[in-house]
Amino acid sequence: MNTVVLLTLTGLGLAALYFLVASGLSLVFGLADVLNFAHGLFLGVGAYATWWAAGNLPGAGPDGLGFVVAVLFGVLAGSLVAVLVELVLIRPLYSRTIEQVLVTVGLSLAGVALLQATWGADPRTFPRPAWSRQVTSVLGAQVPNAGLLLIVAAVLVLGALLAFLRWTRYGLIIRAGVENREMVTALGIDVRKAFTLVFAIGGAAAALAGALGGVYFGTVSPGQGGSLLIFAFIVVVIGGMGSVVGSAYAAVAVGLLQQFVNYYGTSGLGDLCVVGLLAVVLLLRPQGLAGKVAHA
Amino acid sequence: MTNSVVDAPPAQVPDELTPGHSRWHGLRPYLPLVALVVAAVLPYSTVNLPGIFEGPLNSPGTLQLLAICLVFGGLAAGYDLLFGRTGMLSFGHALYFAAGVYGTDILVTKAGLPLWQAAVLTVAGGTTLAALLGAVALRTVGIAFAMVTLAFAQVGAILVARDFGGLTGGEEGLPLDVSGLPSALVGVTNTVNLYWLALAYLALVVLVVHRVSGSPTGRVLAGLRDDERRIGVLGLDPYRFKLVAFTLAGGLASAGGVVYVLIVGGASPHITSSELTLSLLVMVVLGGPGTRWGPVLGGVLYMYLDHRLTAFGSSDAVDSLPAFLSHPLSQPLFVLGTVFILAVYFFPGGVASLRTRLTPLLTALRPPR
Repeated sequence: MNTVVLLTLTGLGLAALYFLVASGLSLVFGLADVLNFAHGLFLGVGAYATWWAAGNLPGAGPDGLGFVVAVLFGVLAGSLVAVLVELVLIRPLYSRTIEQVLVTVGLSLAGVALLQATWGADPRTFPRPAWSRQVTSVLGAQVPNAGLLLIVAAVLVLGALLAFLRWTRYGLIIRAGVENREMVTALGIDVRKAFTLVFAIGGAAAALAGALGGVYFGTVSPGQGGSLLIFAFIVVVIGGMGSVVGSAYAAVAVGLLQQFVNYYGTSGLGDLCVVGLLAVVLLLRPQGLAGKVAHA
Repeated sequence: MTNSVVDAPPAQVPDELTPGHSRWHGLRPYLPLVALVVAAVLPYSTVNLPGIFEGPLNSPGTLQLLAICLVFGGLAAGYDLLFGRTGMLSFGHALYFAAGVYGTDILVTKAGLPLWQAAVLTVAGGTTLAALLGAVALRTVGIAFAMVTLAFAQVGAILVARDFGGLTGGEEGLPLDVSGLPSALVGVTNTVNLYWLALAYLALVVLVVHRVSGSPTGRVLAGLRDDERRIGVLGLDPYRFKLVAFTLAGGLASAGGVVYVLIVGGASPHITSSELTLSLLVMVVLGGPGTRWGPVLGGVLYMYLDHRLTAFGSSDAVDSLPAFLSHPLSQPLFVLGTVFILAVYFFPGGVASLRTRLTPLLTALRPPR
């Protein structure tokens, strides 16, 4: 029983990480049709900015309120980079899907190399608040606090995103744009402003994933974003492109499946099961659990 | 379709557009052959090109670098059959290359088969794998197809990294057991034979891609790239033609893997990563998708730069620059990624289109006669 609780909670922690990356990817893809390979870069920027701020920014530190400031700085940096990427690189290639993918591919290569050039290829020790290294007893299982922190953060982000999408004017535009972009444009609404906004939100969520992932893993390295990104892609496809709720369900399914199979089967088998799940979903329900059909 | 009832009137070509009948023009069809011969006799030259290569042209180090460049030229040309000629964006091409590399390596090293049997089995296996996975992946189109191929390739990467059954050597890779290989392919002094092997592979891929794209099938593939629905309306099955292209490209990639493992002398897990596929994409786009020589040039140049930029990055000229310049410049991927982004914006046709793009500029600069 203890093992099951522990595996469930660590699996949910992993799912929270996937959700934070995938929610932005999914919104960006659903609205702007951009398959964003540079999303892992936003995660890296968030992680490194938090790491840098904890050591150098006045008022920020590895503990207490200082840590919150450091994470906020990281999220802001990730969001800023995402907005810049959208304005400078993606916008000129509006509606040219393949070129947009190519540019984000180039950006992911160059950006990760730039992180590596600046801070080295070796993993850096991440500043962690002391309490995040301890464990909490939940139903008799000793669960690491960092995992719980991830779950709480992901639930908060999910709630905030849903509230934003449901009750604000821009949320309405984004929802309508995912459904039918041409119609929104025809009604005289500049949907491109929403693109920038969606990039900012996605970049912020990914940067938060980077910062909290740094707390979870204890280290930060330039390639971290890339390895998470592939699973985030899988989550997006399973959940249905453009659907935040679908991403959340898919992230939970993928995280739990991976954690349980990796524990009870051979290590690595869980990752294979996830890809198998993807193949099954695509063959039976190509539009994903929720959401529109992925067009070319 | 071809035997139209009304003959089209002969096209009126303005005088300035008819190609000039210079000596050069008559030679053009033979240029690839000339290039092949030059490349084949290159190892006999002892010319030293300081700054471009580290040793003379026939030194083993230079020949190995050239051989790797040639293999990747061939791989890029094979990938272009998917991306440039059929319009399929596959993110899983590394899988078939890795199947070739690891297949040969495991069959030779672990099973002790002679090289030719291992090579034949590997290429057959890689082609079958491409046919099977392509049959599933091609049920989706566009971006979803890219995702599915990426996921399949990820399975390959996980299988190799986790080292199931102790076959692949995991993170450390698997060195090739050379004791059972033909002696002409083993040892530093025989690097030249590997170079010729790589050249033969490149020539084979270029020939196959050229023949396929010139055939009726190739015209259907080009049609699929431009307007898939129209091909369907014409009564042809897009799925089958795409599967043929996917299988053929997969087979060519696994053949490239066989050559690569001989040149490098082992397999390492980084060739299974999605980054290899991304770099193939970069090669094709930099070279010029859908052209005969563009992808080859792109592949050769990319691999050359990838190897040489490391040396360039640690050279004195770069080290003396301020830190904010010298650190990024010492990362080959930063330079290549930036060049790639610029190429997508400003040179969509890649290197192959430079000539047509530069012609107006050159004519404008030429003094009036």
